[in-house]
Amino acid sequence: MAEFALPRHSKIVKGIEYPYKGDTKNSRKVNVYRWSPDDDENPRIDSYTIDLDDCGPMVLDALIKIKQEIDSSLTFRRSCREGICGSCSMNIDGTNTLACLKSIEDVKGEINIYPLPHMDVVKDLVPDLTKAYAQLTSVKPWLQTDTKPEKGKSRKQSPKEREQIDGLWECVLCFSCTTSCPSYWWNGDKYLGPAVLLQAYRWIADSRDENTNERLDDLEDSFKLYRCHTIMNCTKTCPKGLNPAKAIGEIKKLQLERK
Amino acid sequence: MARRACAAADRTGHAILHTLYQQCLKHQAEFFVEYIALDLLMDDNGKCVGVLALCMDDGKIHRFRGHQTVLATGGYGRVYFSCTSAHTCTGDGNAMVLRAGLPLQDMEFVQFHPTGVYGAGVLITEGSRGEGGYLTNSEGERFMERYAPTAKDLASRDVVSRSMTIEINEGRGVGPNKDHIFMHLEHIDPATLHMRLPGISETAKIFCGVDVTKEPIPVLPTVHYNMGGIPTNYNGEVVTRKGNDQNAVVSGLMAIGEAACVSVHGANRLGTNSLLDIVVFGRAAAQRALKTVEKGALHAPLPKRVTDKILARLDKMRHAKGDISVGEIRNSMQNAMQKHAAVFRSNSSMNEGVKKVDTIANNLDGVGIKDRSLIFNTDLVEALELENLMQQAIVTIKSADQRKESRGAHSHEDYPDRDDKDWMKHTIMWLNEKNKTKLDYRDVHLNTLTNEVASIPPAARVY
Repeated sequence: MAEFALPRHSKIVKGIEYPYKGDTKNSRKVNVYRWSPDDDENPRIDSYTIDLDDCGPMVLDALIKIKQEIDSSLTFRRSCREGICGSCSMNIDGTNTLACLKSIEDVKGEINIYPLPHMDVVKDLVPDLTKAYAQLTSVKPWLQTDTKPEKGKSRKQSPKEREQIDGLWECVLCFSCTTSCPSYWWNGDKYLGPAVLLQAYRWIADSRDENTNERLDDLEDSFKLYRCHTIMNCTKTCPKGLNPAKAIGEIKKLQLERK
Repeated sequence: MARRACAAADRTGHAILHTLYQQCLKHQAEFFVEYIALDLLMDDNGKCVGVLALCMDDGKIHRFRGHQTVLATGGYGRVYFSCTSAHTCTGDGNAMVLRAGLPLQDMEFVQFHPTGVYGAGVLITEGSRGEGGYLTNSEGERFMERYAPTAKDLASRDVVSRSMTIEINEGRGVGPNKDHIFMHLEHIDPATLHMRLPGISETAKIFCGVDVTKEPIPVLPTVHYNMGGIPTNYNGEVVTRKGNDQNAVVSGLMAIGEAACVSVHGANRLGTNSLLDIVVFGRAAAQRALKTVEKGALHAPLPKRVTDKILARLDKMRHAKGDISVGEIRNSMQNAMQKHAAVFRSNSSMNEGVKKVDTIANNLDGVGIKDRSLIFNTDLVEALELENLMQQAIVTIKSADQRKESRGAHSHEDYPDRDDKDWMKHTIMWLNEKNKTKLDYRDVHLNTLTNEVASIPPAARVY
């Protein structure tokens, strides 16, 4: 008889409460997922109450404030703080997004922060993205050509052709979409997920690329591509307003058209 | 005159970054992601033989041996309170060079970009003024016409930043505290904004709730770029001054990008030109390395004391039990630098700043961290980065304090004029373990290396 049990460390317990010590009319409680690989404890939710009158407008500002002033052991990735580097992707108020672009004002009540769902956690809010990056490499995200450009010249593209990759090249690889996809949660080992498929389509749609057919051949696979069931979580969650679901739809359409 | 800058809308950096990453994947470059470089491995002859790094994922220390180490660690904008650069721009390579007993060059030249978003510090690209954007003060006046009648809003960044600061200081700033300036794009065709400036339209919406087709963006001069850094020659090789030899190459060490000071930007970089740091000199460094590194050459054994010293520093920080937090010290350093080494500088202000920064640096002895883990210890990493920042803060403000003239980004109220006779020279500054500096100079290269292009003699800047 198979034994059904939750995996180790999957039960989250109540953690430490850090009340606000000063006097403010504008306090807010921030609940953050904490887990350390150094001991055998279960993950916990620590609660920090902070003064929003003395805090920047974004959720990342709140996290930095907590790390600076209350608990320097709080661990998360961050770098550019302007939605370009894609480092601070996490689950805020139930939605995957970039902490630097998520306004505190848009969150009603307590702010709940978890790491990106369904990825291994390295520590606190830091997920292990090794697998996702390996999947990105697998679609060969670079210009592939057989011909050589005219000597000393760049490869030409008309404004219309260039437009075809708008909404694709802006992706910052934060993997908010991929980790919001139930199909990826189940079949993340074989399904490439929306972020990587968006990148795959970015090169399929690029008029300069000469390996379109090989790219489509590689994706003609019931898992890699067709595990997308048009759930659309990816598009709903993308902090850059991109549409991975549409890109995946375009790949499927091209597969049909060439049959 | 060239009137074209290569751009990918207002997301040129994003396009370059991703193209570089894609090409690295194509050529199967090996990445060591989230490894923090601790220090350079320097042998007894002053040759760089690699780098010691901490892998954040598992806390292992890695010794990378290399015949040629190339630093591409970027600028150190985070020495200041308000900057356009990322949290990770802590100039770690610059600090490693200082700790290796080598000087940094021209650290007083810190560029303030005219249009950082008020408050957030996020950059609004110069391309927005390139497309016809302009600045106004509280009287609605396009004040740049007064300061730079010809170039107006497109005068160089130091000129625009100073003009804005004067407007604010003279009470013509906008907003409830009259402490910033408006930048207007609303007169530009929305289709053009959508095509050419999609990134900043989005940024303005998110960070100041402004619809650029209808309202102006609140902006403020914000620290953006470091003209100074690790002195190199045009091959990317790090140089230092040894006695009369002003161009002594440091064997085994190169620097490229913002970290380097090849000094093509002099005392003030012009818009778009940062790309040549990497596109031109990054390439030159690669070509030089290809020529100088011998295939299959062996590494000489490295004395244990070289790594021991670095490990001792790491260990000290990892177990730091003082009662002052990293955030507290970082804040006071950033505020001191923002106040005393800003757009306008004076003898009295900088003297005070030097003293303040020295005192704050001493506080590092009393720093404490909470996280003792070896796995993804960002508390420790931020403490190490703070030490790096602090060493650069000292060198920056002391370099600024000794330059008794105004040149490019260094605007000295007591010496408002450029003085080519006494000061057309590079500052180079060393820093020892006790945070004591040593000052010297290098000559400026005024001539081109070939006859293809004639050398242009220095002239007064007029806009």
